[in-house]
Amino acid sequence: MIALIDYGAGNTASVANALEDIGTDFKIVKSEIPICNADKIILPGVGEASFAMQKIHMLNLFSLLRLLKKPFLGICLGMQILCEKSKEGDVACLGIFDSTVEKFDNSKLNVPHMGWNKVEFVKESKLFEGIPNKTDFYFANSFYVPIINYTIASSEYGIEFSAAIEKDNFYGVQFHPEKSGEAGLKILKNFVEKC
Amino acid sequence: MLSKRIIPCLDIKEGRVVKGTNFINLRDAGSAVELAERYYHEKADELVFLDITATEEKRKTLVELVKEISKVIRIPFTVGGGISSIEDIDALLKAGADKVSLNSSIVRNPRLIEEGAKRFGSQAIVAAIDVKKIGNDYSVFIKGGKEKTELEGFLWCKQSEELGAGEILLTSMDKDGTKDGYDLEFLKKLTDQVRIPVIASGGAGTKEHFLDAFKNANVDACLAASLFHFKELEINDLKNYLKENGIQIRG
Repeated sequence: MIALIDYGAGNTASVANALEDIGTDFKIVKSEIPICNADKIILPGVGEASFAMQKIHMLNLFSLLRLLKKPFLGICLGMQILCEKSKEGDVACLGIFDSTVEKFDNSKLNVPHMGWNKVEFVKESKLFEGIPNKTDFYFANSFYVPIINYTIASSEYGIEFSAAIEKDNFYGVQFHPEKSGEAGLKILKNFVEKC
Repeated sequence: MLSKRIIPCLDIKEGRVVKGTNFINLRDAGSAVELAERYYHEKADELVFLDITATEEKRKTLVELVKEISKVIRIPFTVGGGISSIEDIDALLKAGADKVSLNSSIVRNPRLIEEGAKRFGSQAIVAAIDVKKIGNDYSVFIKGGKEKTELEGFLWCKQSEELGAGEILLTSMDKDGTKDGYDLEFLKKLTDQVRIPVIASGGAGTKEHFLDAFKNANVDACLAASLFHFKELEINDLKNYLKENGIQIRG
């Protein structure tokens, strides 16, 4: 069973619809016990980082999420808060990935980075099995995770940034697989079946 | 590189898609959910739903419709029409919409943009702005084009950006329904002045109009309605044409 965390900062309904499409057994949860009982965890996210972290602290999930050994997928903001800190609201995050979330430079670019962008796989990952390299996925973000050692896919918007990251049991995707058509559903299916 | 977006727009009245010219003379174009599904399979990049009859009592129906739509499509979509509070926005986003389009309510209460962006992120807040050229100036209209305001078009777009809107959906009332092409003059000036994505709306009639707007007015997305509803233009053909002409488009 997949635990889909609803911490009031995510588009839980959209991810839930996508999980229904691929026929996965999941539960929408917001407390420790169902997370402990799940096989895998998905942390969606839209909105603002400091607001999201505040919610995670309020639900008393901070330590639990940091210590999880089960496959864990963070989506969009859910990926960003896996980093050490975010410049969005200058907030300390979960610290799984030793990186700081930066803001796109809006002196030259339109921010938010909104729409479909090509994702280039830079390392092999179970998440990408059966998906052609440089497939388009849907993004909606003003902040980004720079390229780090754990970057498994990159995209370009003025600069190269992490489209996906992976470290041990932790996976993160900057794009929205639940809004990226068939290829997005395949990413979720891979996470559910292969990771 | 970020692709340019093609966005079919569905004007909704009681769950049906309708389309008029210059904001009047409505024609029926089918069920909203069925049309949404068709566009998803035709590889539209995004969809916009505008409830043109949204009133207090209809608001709940809109939330139900959003739930139905979000069950059948896996691309982002925006919902607009009569949204006037943080609670309205919250209900629609929770139902599965990715963004809300705000029009009359932000003219009356500009702080709604600011509060919405803070609460849900700028990416969820679309400022929908309807302009009409009067003399040499562009005036902002609200209530589906029925009421003229004192606001000037460019200034209101700039102000919406500063308040935290994540996108501008700019409709030219002069061009809407004419199939004469987008209002390039306004759009070009607008994309030079703002640093958030701009969606062009009103006036699309041919493939060339889309190319013009992307190439010469540097918009991020083009919106059209009847052209797609009545299959005068297939999304696939349009996308191929734009690709052949050097525009970055999703495959």
